[in-house]
Amino acid sequence: MRRRSIRSGLLATALAGVLWSVGDGGGAPASASGGSITLYSGQHVQTTEYLIAAFEKKTGITVNARYDDEDTFVDQIQAEGRNSPADVFFTENSPPLEALAAKGLLSSVKPSTLAKTPAKYSSPTGNWVGVSARVSVMVYNTALLKPSQLPTSAMQLAQPKWKGKIALAGGETDFQPIVTSVARTYGNAAALRWLNALKANATSHLYPDNETIADEVNRGQVALGIINQYYWYRERAEVGASNMHSKIAYFAPHDVGYVVDVSGAGILKSSKNQAADQQFLAFIVSAQGQEIIAHSESFEYPIASGVVRTGETPLSQLQPNSISIAQLGTGAEAIKLLQEAQLL
Amino acid sequence: MTSVVASPPSEVPPGDPGDRSRAVPPARWRGGRGGHRLPRLLVLGAVVASVAVGLPLVFLVVDAAQVGWGTLGPLLFRRLTAQLLWDSVSLTIVVTFLCAVVGTLTAWFIERTALPGRRFWAVLVVIPLGIPDFVVSFGWRAIFPSFGGFWAAVLVMTVAVYPLVYLPVAANLRSADPAQEEVARSLGLGRLRTFWRVTVGQARLAILGGSVLVALVVLAEFGAFEILGFRTLTTEIYSELQNGYNSPAACALSVLLVVLGIFVLLGEGAARGGGRGARLGAGVARQLRPVRLGRATPAALGGVGLLVAVSLGVPVAAVIYLMVKGGNSTLPPASLLGAAGTTFSYAVGAGALATVAALPIALLSIRHPRREVRLLERFDMLILGVPGLVIALAFTYVTEHFLDGHLYQTPTLLIFTYAVMFFPLAVVSVRAAVARSPVGLEEVGHSLGVPRRSVFWRVTLPLIAPGLAAAFCLVFLESATELTATLVLIPTGAQTLATQFWQFQTNLSYSQAAPYAGVIMLIAAVPSYVLGRWFDRLPARAGPAVAPPPASGHAPGTMVTL
Repeated sequence: MRRRSIRSGLLATALAGVLWSVGDGGGAPASASGGSITLYSGQHVQTTEYLIAAFEKKTGITVNARYDDEDTFVDQIQAEGRNSPADVFFTENSPPLEALAAKGLLSSVKPSTLAKTPAKYSSPTGNWVGVSARVSVMVYNTALLKPSQLPTSAMQLAQPKWKGKIALAGGETDFQPIVTSVARTYGNAAALRWLNALKANATSHLYPDNETIADEVNRGQVALGIINQYYWYRERAEVGASNMHSKIAYFAPHDVGYVVDVSGAGILKSSKNQAADQQFLAFIVSAQGQEIIAHSESFEYPIASGVVRTGETPLSQLQPNSISIAQLGTGAEAIKLLQEAQLL
Repeated sequence: MTSVVASPPSEVPPGDPGDRSRAVPPARWRGGRGGHRLPRLLVLGAVVASVAVGLPLVFLVVDAAQVGWGTLGPLLFRRLTAQLLWDSVSLTIVVTFLCAVVGTLTAWFIERTALPGRRFWAVLVVIPLGIPDFVVSFGWRAIFPSFGGFWAAVLVMTVAVYPLVYLPVAANLRSADPAQEEVARSLGLGRLRTFWRVTVGQARLAILGGSVLVALVVLAEFGAFEILGFRTLTTEIYSELQNGYNSPAACALSVLLVVLGIFVLLGEGAARGGGRGARLGAGVARQLRPVRLGRATPAALGGVGLLVAVSLGVPVAAVIYLMVKGGNSTLPPASLLGAAGTTFSYAVGAGALATVAALPIALLSIRHPRREVRLLERFDMLILGVPGLVIALAFTYVTEHFLDGHLYQTPTLLIFTYAVMFFPLAVVSVRAAVARSPVGLEEVGHSLGVPRRSVFWRVTLPLIAPGLAAAFCLVFLESATELTATLVLIPTGAQTLATQFWQFQTNLSYSQAAPYAGVIMLIAAVPSYVLGRWFDRLPARAGPAVAPPPASGHAPGTMVTL
């Protein structure tokens, strides 16, 4: 009997030790004097980390960031409900924020913060603020296509001559605004026909995301794809200019495929740190925050406080179509079309 | 000396823990007399574990039911679903078949023939189990950029999971009775036919058991197919969650996946069938004489060598190539050591928890093989076919709504989740070990007046210790490489090797991702090596009715049989 109790004691101690040791590790760092907030970020790590570092230095508020797909976060935040640990939600696109706003899960952003960003780039209801922007472009392999061969409209990609030459990422969130734009302009039936033709033309070049499209086009696996401009700049930064075998090109002015996407940030209603959250939002649209975005390696356009990006065609010179944030909505319409085309 | 009839009560056919009805003669428990009532403590343990495992399954059904049939019908009954169903099922069938063939043949060559370097190969062929499937995909794509499609998925999954068949079959062949083959030959059966009818026949349950694990794992696989651009039901579930914020639709598809899992288990049950060949009576145990390969030696060596080169060589070479090649990343640098430490501690916790939790149900299923116990155990298997992200969202919901947010995104919950996800692997390992530990020794203990609990600690536990270690290793391996549930449940700010690898990989920073893949393989190689070595220390023949003393290292046995 004695041996047994010693053994069980040992086993229990070992187990408790294991659980205790891991229970301690990996937790959120203790907050500094200024308190702490938790950020759910679907934005690129590159930009977010620099913004956080500067914000922490300036305010003394610690930011605990977790990164995942922005759409997974929407599911996660809904599952978490009123106990969500998230304070601020920072995304690459407007639809995830609009989806949470539609469910009444976001607080109102301070008017002084909203004022920093042009109204057309923020939540129509004031529930989140626009932080940065990207534009949809074509990326093409320079060995496989000449500039004169490029289409002027995204609609032309449905033509049979593009069979086997285009890449498509139907599951990429950045593609949804273009689908919405096509549906708004030509109607749902035409948009569905267009998607089906695109899917047929993409043959085996159906990829999970824009990063893959940019890479496969650059490697000559496929001739052309639609991406947001910054993926190409990032690829160039990573593989080096001498290894670039692709270029980007714009559709004709105001074409349905020429869309500006907005990245934004909002505050969860369930957050218990509303004041600190508002400070964070104010910071990322301030001149200091926007300068960080202007110089970061995620190559997005700053849109607030009058800061501009150099080294890329300036945002002000672009001629995208006029689809609004409200029209992009939660993306539900685009998703339905993508599902009907069996792309989702 | 031997005959093809049911085995006597105290000699459980090796590799045949599933054949529980013969582990203890029915009369002894159906009688319902005092000594053979279900031990309450074990029942409690088994039920608690099954409730934990059942939570995500309940969540699935409840969430799917929320939106109603009107929404789900069109989503479930459309061309894409049919296409995905077809792709998933055909992929699962092909991979399971190939794993059964590759695993069985490899086991036969290594355990039964005079293959040169047998011990060396025995360790190498197990290691692929520890390489995450998404690293395998990543490796192939790094070397062959246009690698993709159905057959690419088949290749990647086959080389990544065939050890799930190899391990139990190797154990079975090692301890099977050679006399049956000799009798078959002496009765005029040819060499090939003897192999098919006797050798494979003896290992049938081990092959089936391993194949079920393979089928369930393939059904729930996500990362490998995402990298290969191959769409299955599981990748579609992730798409639904990621694009439509459509968790009910994802849950509906997951229910479909669970139904497929039920079919897999039913299929295994049907294929298992009746009659079993096993040793009867107390003949003298003889050493197996390895089959001499003669002129076939180079071909056999080539085959095993090719398997190792494809399953182990490609990912390792890809990782080394990418590390040497280098390249810039726009991502901030990350801590390799920190991620390794985090991964290791979580995986150790999950391995320990799952192993302890698996003990009651494993003991019950062998020592008290009632219908209810058997059902409970099969129910627990299903969790293996549920995608990690769905399980993570289920635990998110549970902790937030019933625990007021406590435990959420803590290491404790993540470890608990891992333990739930990989619980079946622990159960099959522990159960196989229990099946091989003779109940006779426990009965001797009881007859000497030793209390039941004391018998457990002093007799049962030492006997099944290697099986516990095997269970720990398997759960450790799977937890250390888990990705999708980890992304949701990991404490904010922490990174595991898998999450950090994924972050670099999805940002195309391959040369930065490579070291993480390398360390994942290193961490995983240790338990794989240990698993392989244990198998090598198995007695070459199953012991007689009374087992050898525990000190001789009663081996893990058929640790991965159902």
